Amino acid sequence: MLGPFLETLIGGLLTGVLYSLVALGFVLIFKASGVFNFAQGAMVLFAALTVARLAGEIDNKEVHLANFVVAAAILGVALALVGWYCWREYVARGSGAPERRKIQMLAALGAIVGGGAAWLYGKGAWPMWLAIAATAAIMGLLAYAIERLVLRHLVNQEGIILFMATLGIAYFLDGFGQTLWGSDIYTINLGLPKDPIFLLEGVFPGGLLVDPGDLVAAVIAAALVVVLAIFFQTTRVGRALRAVADDHAAAQSVGIPLKTIWLIVWTVSGFVALAAGLIWGAKLGVQFSISLIALKALPVLILGGFTSVPGAIVGGLIIGAGEKLSEVFLAPILIRAFDLAGGGIENWFAYVLALVFLLFRPQGLFGERIIERV
Amino acid sequence: MRLRTAALLGAAIAAAGLTVAATAQAQNEQFIPGLIYRTGAYAPNGIPFANGVADYYALVNERDGGINGVKIVYEECDTGYATDRGVECYERLKNKGPTGAAYVNPLSTGITFALTEKAPVDKIPVISMGYGRSESRDGSVFQWNFPLLGTYWSAADIIMQHIALKEGGFDKLKGKKIVLVYHDSPYGKEPIALLEQRAKMHGFTFTPMPVTHPGVEQKATWLQIRQNRPDYVLLWGWGIMNSTSIKEAAAVGFPREKLFGVWWSGAEPDVRPAEGGAKGYHAAMLQHGSGQFGVHADLKKYLYDKGKGAAKWDETGEVLYNRGLVNAMLGVESIRKAQTKFGNKPLTGEQVRWGIENLDLSAARLKELGFEGMLQPLKVTCSDHEGTRAGRIQQWDGAKWVVVSDWYQSDDKVIKPMVDAAAKKYADEKKLSVRDCSKEG
Repeated sequence: MLGPFLETLIGGLLTGVLYSLVALGFVLIFKASGVFNFAQGAMVLFAALTVARLAGEIDNKEVHLANFVVAAAILGVALALVGWYCWREYVARGSGAPERRKIQMLAALGAIVGGGAAWLYGKGAWPMWLAIAATAAIMGLLAYAIERLVLRHLVNQEGIILFMATLGIAYFLDGFGQTLWGSDIYTINLGLPKDPIFLLEGVFPGGLLVDPGDLVAAVIAAALVVVLAIFFQTTRVGRALRAVADDHAAAQSVGIPLKTIWLIVWTVSGFVALAAGLIWGAKLGVQFSISLIALKALPVLILGGFTSVPGAIVGGLIIGAGEKLSEVFLAPILIRAFDLAGGGIENWFAYVLALVFLLFRPQGLFGERIIERV
Repeated sequence: MRLRTAALLGAAIAAAGLTVAATAQAQNEQFIPGLIYRTGAYAPNGIPFANGVADYYALVNERDGGINGVKIVYEECDTGYATDRGVECYERLKNKGPTGAAYVNPLSTGITFALTEKAPVDKIPVISMGYGRSESRDGSVFQWNFPLLGTYWSAADIIMQHIALKEGGFDKLKGKKIVLVYHDSPYGKEPIALLEQRAKMHGFTFTPMPVTHPGVEQKATWLQIRQNRPDYVLLWGWGIMNSTSIKEAAAVGFPREKLFGVWWSGAEPDVRPAEGGAKGYHAAMLQHGSGQFGVHADLKKYLYDKGKGAAKWDETGEVLYNRGLVNAMLGVESIRKAQTKFGNKPLTGEQVRWGIENLDLSAARLKELGFEGMLQPLKVTCSDHEGTRAGRIQQWDGAKWVVVSDWYQSDDKVIKPMVDAAAKKYADEKKLSVRDCSKEG
């Protein structure tokens, strides 16, 4: 009995780390803008689809190369201009008016890089590193578009308005991603090991099974979580993010550039979506259902608190382990004891677990306690 | 002035002529709705099926000028495999065309369940080829349902017969452990009754294990399978659930040779994402498998060479594309059959229902239609809306599906009493009048 219990626990914890990774995307944006970003799942799908299609085998009948070269050149120009804009805004602020020649050169460079990339795309599959880098750039561009076209117009609006806006972004990204890249199941090959590992074979009959793919994915996810935690706790940008989360207007009044902070946080969140998309995509195959993984992050957020990076980590571990253990050990007992019709319980049991925790800590395990004086 | 009047008059006559011609043409069209899904979680499986259906209707129009001169007008509606959206699509399309929908293919057991009560009211037959309620093959109760080619009870029985044959007979199953990993939906639950019955008869342990929609997280299920060490696992999944199951089976080291999928878990999108992990996996066949047959030559000549195909040519031999072709062909042949009684004109759902119920496709006719090698002859009757109960088993060799068994017939000695009991229960619950099929001509 101990063997199966430990095996399920390990499997659940490893899955939990991956839930944490998705939950982290939500936490980042909530911390910086007080917005519950419903589009996080759609961003995971969009990023994964982009990587999978760029790195995947190309069917030449499908690609009209000439059109694609033009489109990629335009994208290249746009990326170059965004790069220039960011550089001007955040690095060389106050260095004088932008030079026309610099813009022209950057646009030309973008067109060459974009067109070259498209030519490479037409020749066959991209190497994985290039596909990931290009997708990171595209996620940055997406963050810029979201900030410029949606969020900027909603400064100082109620949180629910911003939430509804992200709902719209989610549906747009889900549909647009599939229209652009297709609805088939695509594979991402990160070279994760596949042969199962058996631990403590001498102690437990058959040993304890550990999925090495899950193990590597969990290590990558954990490393990312640590980096982000450090970024938020120790850097100036991290402090500015927290200030913006507390009060947009007050933060602006002391000189914190709201637009900049939002762009940074949506970009970082896009990168987290890319990491989650890569790992989940390699595990399951890239397809629409990946966006539903975001639903797995909700109980993690309820449990860990919407504003806490450590909360996302611990919440993920508890939910991952809790849902697997409940499915394997609790479900049969419940079904037998109450003569139930049956059915999986892990999906809804995760929420029950989170709600039970809320009874004792309404702000979540690590959430900030909100005290408002009246 | 005179010239202007003449011009106006001419234009009016031409417009009137065009309108009359268009109306006349519209009057000679048979409307068929297509409840499909090209988006959402199940799109990878929905798209090839939808392409097969669309191509076959287009082929009949291009090659034959329609069904005995009656053009097919086909309109798709994307349900996303969601029952509410499926019902919405049905409501939107059921009255289109001069005679309304000829029939409806819900392409989802959940939507089939929902439409089963609407169909008798709207008088539109429901063709659920290879899915739907298993007891709906009893036409005396389910007058408007046609689970052509096979129900899930037939599918489960065919798989069990194959396993028994490998073990040396049903008596050798005593003491064995068989698990069903199923999509936690009406679809996934369908085979449970048959497998429980077989377990009772032969003394094996049967354990159903649900997987919640969409089936991307199955770690707990497969850890239980590893711990319980069953002899065989049956898979009743759809979409990404299938490839995830196969991947998880590989991850826990469960032999893929002992994993058997239903015919909705045995197509290329189910095995390709699992890559090498899928090698050896078995699946039941809804008669046909992959590959190109006579009908594909016509598709190439009349559609693909002219750039009118819905899919890419390489995909036209895939399992689900072929299933779409078969599904559309059975519908077209039912309309053709109904035309022998009601005339070569657009028909109502009620008239087409008669055509489906009297559908009789011989081997010679199947050959003529280009489906030789894909299907066995079938004959639908008032009491048997399934038409045939034959199937085979195929195995994925890492690159393609290989047929590894002879034809099986599901055992009606086991299934018929179950169908009768379930159909009677349904009729009693809904207070339906039961037809006496012995009196139907």
